Amino acid sequence: MTTAVSLHNVSRHFGSVRAMDGVDLVVAPGEFFAMLGPSGSGKTTCLRLIAGFEQPTSGRIEIFGEAVEGVPPYRRNVNTVFQDYALFPHMNVRDNVAFSLMLRKVDKAERYRAAEAALELVRLTGYGDRRPGQLSGGQRQRVALARAIVNKPKVLLLDEPLGALDLKLREQMQEELKALQKQLGITFIFVTHDQGEALSMADRVAVFNAGRIMQVGTPEEIYRRPQTRFVADFVGSSNVLPPEFVLSVAGVSRWASLRPEAISVSQASDGAAPLTGTVVTRSYTGSTTRLGIDLAGQRLTAVVPASGDLPHEGDRVTVSFPTDALHFMENPE
Amino acid sequence: MTALAAGTGAILANRRGWLGALSDHFWRRPGLLIFLMLLPAILWLGIVYLGSLLALLLQSFFSIDEFSGLINREFTLKTYAELLRPQNLDIIVRTTSMAALVTLASAVVAFPIAYMAARYARGKWKALFYLAIMLPLWASYLVKIYAWKLILAKEGILNWAFEQLHLKWLLEAWLSIPVIGGNSLSISYTGTFLVFLYVWMPFMILPIQAAIERVPTNLLDASADLGATPRQTFWKVIFPLALPGVIAGSIFTFSLTLGDYIIPQIIGNSQFFIGQAVYSHQGTAGNIPLAAAFTVVPIVIMGLYLWLAKRAGAFDAL
Repeated sequence: MTTAVSLHNVSRHFGSVRAMDGVDLVVAPGEFFAMLGPSGSGKTTCLRLIAGFEQPTSGRIEIFGEAVEGVPPYRRNVNTVFQDYALFPHMNVRDNVAFSLMLRKVDKAERYRAAEAALELVRLTGYGDRRPGQLSGGQRQRVALARAIVNKPKVLLLDEPLGALDLKLREQMQEELKALQKQLGITFIFVTHDQGEALSMADRVAVFNAGRIMQVGTPEEIYRRPQTRFVADFVGSSNVLPPEFVLSVAGVSRWASLRPEAISVSQASDGAAPLTGTVVTRSYTGSTTRLGIDLAGQRLTAVVPASGDLPHEGDRVTVSFPTDALHFMENPE
Repeated sequence: MTALAAGTGAILANRRGWLGALSDHFWRRPGLLIFLMLLPAILWLGIVYLGSLLALLLQSFFSIDEFSGLINREFTLKTYAELLRPQNLDIIVRTTSMAALVTLASAVVAFPIAYMAARYARGKWKALFYLAIMLPLWASYLVKIYAWKLILAKEGILNWAFEQLHLKWLLEAWLSIPVIGGNSLSISYTGTFLVFLYVWMPFMILPIQAAIERVPTNLLDASADLGATPRQTFWKVIFPLALPGVIAGSIFTFSLTLGDYIIPQIIGNSQFFIGQAVYSHQGTAGNIPLAAAFTVVPIVIMGLYLWLAKRAGAFDAL
């Protein structure tokens, strides 16, 4: 089976800083792949290595089976949507989109036709004559997208493309990107620090931390069965429970994660319930309410439906969850 | 004006003296502050500078009585017609061609220097770059020109260097070319050109460097990403975005060359440039109207140049 992009033991060091350290990664053709991690985790460096803006310190990168060592970006059939769009300010939207075709000496009528088609794909028909400076953030984002797909690249790299948009627009663009990827069948590699975005859009997710990949899997695997404490905490803000605590509730001494929505909370009755604690924080998020509960030194976060009778800060509550909601982590470090 | 809250000191801080009152006043009426700040500039530019320019323009429409040498204060285009006499037209063509060549050559020489400084020089290297560019500006203009006269002279170091490199034949071949050649470099147009090039170079480098520095590096990444070779990136992205800087620099080099009257007087073959013509007409010849008409020429040429540059889209990236 061919792979779209594969990295074998790739490292990128900047002086003593290890931006990427021994990363192995395989992305299948036509896949929507997300690279998720906090800032400085190496995900953007990984993208820049695939695009060719940086060269790995060691290791091997292949794009559709071809080793790309020493191949400059302009000879890679890979296009990028940049975080701040990087549109050419001295060209109108049509010329921006047609830029790669102009470089290939495609004649003017032909390349403008292709540019219009790409603009139609991102629903910007009729904007060809405007300058990037006259567009809103969301529109610029679409132009950057049209410019990157006009040449039908084998792989499209997206570097936090939705980071600068407001929430509503971001949600809309997430759906559009997903639909576009299905329509074009191009491999998308998407960098984000927003776990919601990664989980909702990607076929598979790689979670980065400190220059290494912590876990690769489908969104469901990542969310339900995090392998490390970092993944449990970063993706979906799971409760990370130390072995001593798990021993007291489940009888095994292992690290475990527990998703906040698996916990049910009720007002403490007089009877001695196994898990009783105090509500320390309470924040309303619309459809749900997030409660921070202190269980004799162990902090738990629970997400409960916002309706009904909710405990207040300072209230004593009983906490319960099915034991099978506990996920034991294979590699807690 | 309505009574203004002075503040009790508890919630609103107390106003501090009459300077504080003035600050408060300016804060409420920012237009007044801007007017006061602009006033000296408006007075200077409007009255002293533009006023004398208009007086000059007016003079150019007067004429001189050829017998008495007195100025005839009647509106006429006779003086402008005089500009079209072959010997005067020669001066204009000579000066403009020199200015154009100097500008073109400065842009070609300055661009790589400015590019290196903007893209690669960091920290102390950047400081060194500025020092190297600015240093010649600190030395007296006349000293530099006389130094160049010695460098370019027949007994000068350049001639000597060519001799040592066994390339003297090359220099002699160059000097034997009509118009640009001459007896030695210091009395040829080539010499004038070299000195102009040297003297105005900083005025070309600095604006280009500033323009290139403003080009975000991710545009270069984007260009390469979309398939542009470094050469294509230069011509399609860097150059158009740096063009306003090149134009700004060329305004300096072009107009400074058009107006200079010292360099061609010291280095070159004693043929007049516009500046020298103005100098001699308003001085010994006492022909102020013709001097004024000559002065209008560079102004018109610069206006024309800027208009053409704008039409060609040189300022689109601003």
